[in-house]
Amino acid sequence: MEKRTGMEVSFAAAEALKLCNIDIIAAYPITPQTHIVERLAEYVANGELDAEFIPAESEHSALSLCIGSQAVGARSFTCTSSQGLALMSELLYITSGMRLPLVMILVNRSLSAPLSIWNDHSDVMSVRDCGWIQFFVHNGQELFDHIFIAYKLAENPDVLMPVIINVDGFNLSHVFEPLEMISHDEAERYLPSYIPRTVLHPDNPVTMGAFAMPSFFTEAKKMHDETLKASYGHILAALESWSKISGRVYHPIEKISTEEAETLFILMGSIAETAAEAVKVMRKQGRKVGLLSLRLWRPFPFKEFRRIISGAQKLIIIDRAISLGGPGGPFASEIRSAIYNMENRPQVYNYISGLGGRDTTIKDYILMHDTSTVQESGYEIYGLKGDETNV
Amino acid sequence: MSSAGVYIVKTVPSKEYLAPGHRACPGCGEALAVRLVQKILGRNVIIASATGCMEIISSPFPLSSWEVPWIHVAFENAAAVAGGIEKGLQVLKHKGKLKAKKINVIAMAGDGGTVDIGLQSLSGALERGHNILFVCYDNEAYMNTGVQRSSSTPFGASTTTSPAGMLKVGQRTNKKNMVEIAIAHGIPYVATASPSYPLDLADKVKKAVAIDGPAYLHILSVCPSGWGIPGDITIKMGRLAVQSGVFPLYEVENGKYKITVPIEELAPIELYLKPQKRFRHLQEETIGHIGKDVRQKWQELKKRSERD
Repeated sequence: MEKRTGMEVSFAAAEALKLCNIDIIAAYPITPQTHIVERLAEYVANGELDAEFIPAESEHSALSLCIGSQAVGARSFTCTSSQGLALMSELLYITSGMRLPLVMILVNRSLSAPLSIWNDHSDVMSVRDCGWIQFFVHNGQELFDHIFIAYKLAENPDVLMPVIINVDGFNLSHVFEPLEMISHDEAERYLPSYIPRTVLHPDNPVTMGAFAMPSFFTEAKKMHDETLKASYGHILAALESWSKISGRVYHPIEKISTEEAETLFILMGSIAETAAEAVKVMRKQGRKVGLLSLRLWRPFPFKEFRRIISGAQKLIIIDRAISLGGPGGPFASEIRSAIYNMENRPQVYNYISGLGGRDTTIKDYILMHDTSTVQESGYEIYGLKGDETNV
Repeated sequence: MSSAGVYIVKTVPSKEYLAPGHRACPGCGEALAVRLVQKILGRNVIIASATGCMEIISSPFPLSSWEVPWIHVAFENAAAVAGGIEKGLQVLKHKGKLKAKKINVIAMAGDGGTVDIGLQSLSGALERGHNILFVCYDNEAYMNTGVQRSSSTPFGASTTTSPAGMLKVGQRTNKKNMVEIAIAHGIPYVATASPSYPLDLADKVKKAVAIDGPAYLHILSVCPSGWGIPGDITIKMGRLAVQSGVFPLYEVENGKYKITVPIEELAPIELYLKPQKRFRHLQEETIGHIGKDVRQKWQELKKRSERD
């Protein structure tokens, strides 16, 4: 184990990608993603990373370039945020449908309009169904670690799915953190050189991207769905083997103070760290409250989730995106449907909070806990200006 | 054809790389062009195709007409996908993971996937200098979706979204000059070609893949269904396009223009326009206007060619 190094989280991501010995980086500038690819461009320019850096003329082409390079068997990487993700969205579905195992870091930021460069989860929620494995991380160390885990999983011949790692823009991407690195040897032991199975090469001509008539399309989607669900076991195995290399243990659902908890906060991403502090304060004051943070968003860990929440009476779900004109937050909607058939299902309270970079503080979580009453609409946008609950 | 011509035809490889049984319309100029291009390219290629006629007719899962490695991703990004393939191969060779033999990387798209929705991706790839050949099969409208106008549709042509009517002449804009746009990127090789002139086309494909850096080939692909002509006059219409000056065959190598199929005297424009249903509504005055425009552009091209 190496000692801790203070580092900006974006640079830590670049360091991990260097240790993964990636072959291709294709990206287009967008705040707040840029520090990651800028650092990678430096590595390539200085010969520290033996890769090709392709400055694409758009995010659409960035992902298209990666699709091409991945199709010939090069370990490929791209990175984006917000509008960039929206621009490349059609290709997200194509990448996973074609089973091309590339990895993308999505530095989460709001979607316009109004334009905002700040953090929430509206970008990733707009491509919820794109068929990639999707992680959320709490801190820089987790981002560093999940990059190795992502390639390990993506390239597993029984998985062969692209992976998105969600990291909160600015709140996480631009903060400095003490991090534990791993050595080259450890990186290579965990993630050996990529040996692709099917590639475009004249020695063995294949057709990729054929179209499907109605007689095949449904079966193709069924296979995709089943493969994504079946990746859960491989995800557990990849996390387990990572813990042996790094000593850091991760679970698809992180549990904090869940023992005998009557109320559970449920959320994703870096806000888990603040929420955990809030839970600590509330526990001290005698409230029976706990916290669940989902690291794994796709495949959704249904079984595990239902088991963990089975004793709770009340779930307070924090959404960082809103389904406009719909049932509230997309995260809460999924959880409601996940628990609907449970015999003793808990009450669900859904707060839309932290949109467009607005902070949710310890005080806010305590207020949500103490004031959550029946929400007729099924959700509440928390902390609106002029709202007395936010005084 | 001269006896030398007969001999030269025999030098074109007999091996086919576009398998028969695909679903192109009878007399499809694009399928013919792809077949000829592939004959010259041979086995040692990877092809990235845009969505469009060629993709739909050749790849209904589980069937494929492609005897070489082939990928289709989306409509607007064939150039970027090809660019990724080229860079991927380059880095894998550099790292010793692939044998160091040259593999020609080709992007293919129709006029929509080139001059409209694919223009940004193409421009990016040309500007970055990927060592790829981009081939545009221009049938002058969105034929796959039912003959809608593109920016490559010529002035006056009636399509389903530029219909000729009591008030409108059909397409009211001039054909976008994609060849000049490609040339403006300063790439080493740009050419036009036609399957009606197969040996000229073969020479250009050979040159385009031999040079180092991006190459752009613009092929006029006669479309019987979209142009409203019988399927058995595809070759003739391709020749008339060239002989009337509507689609001159030339190449631009490192900025130097050369007309590769010289025309002594341009054939009357009516010979080209009149057989086509898409131009049938045109009045004599409009035909005169089109003819004048064609002759003027031909003279400009001749001047450039003579200058270089």
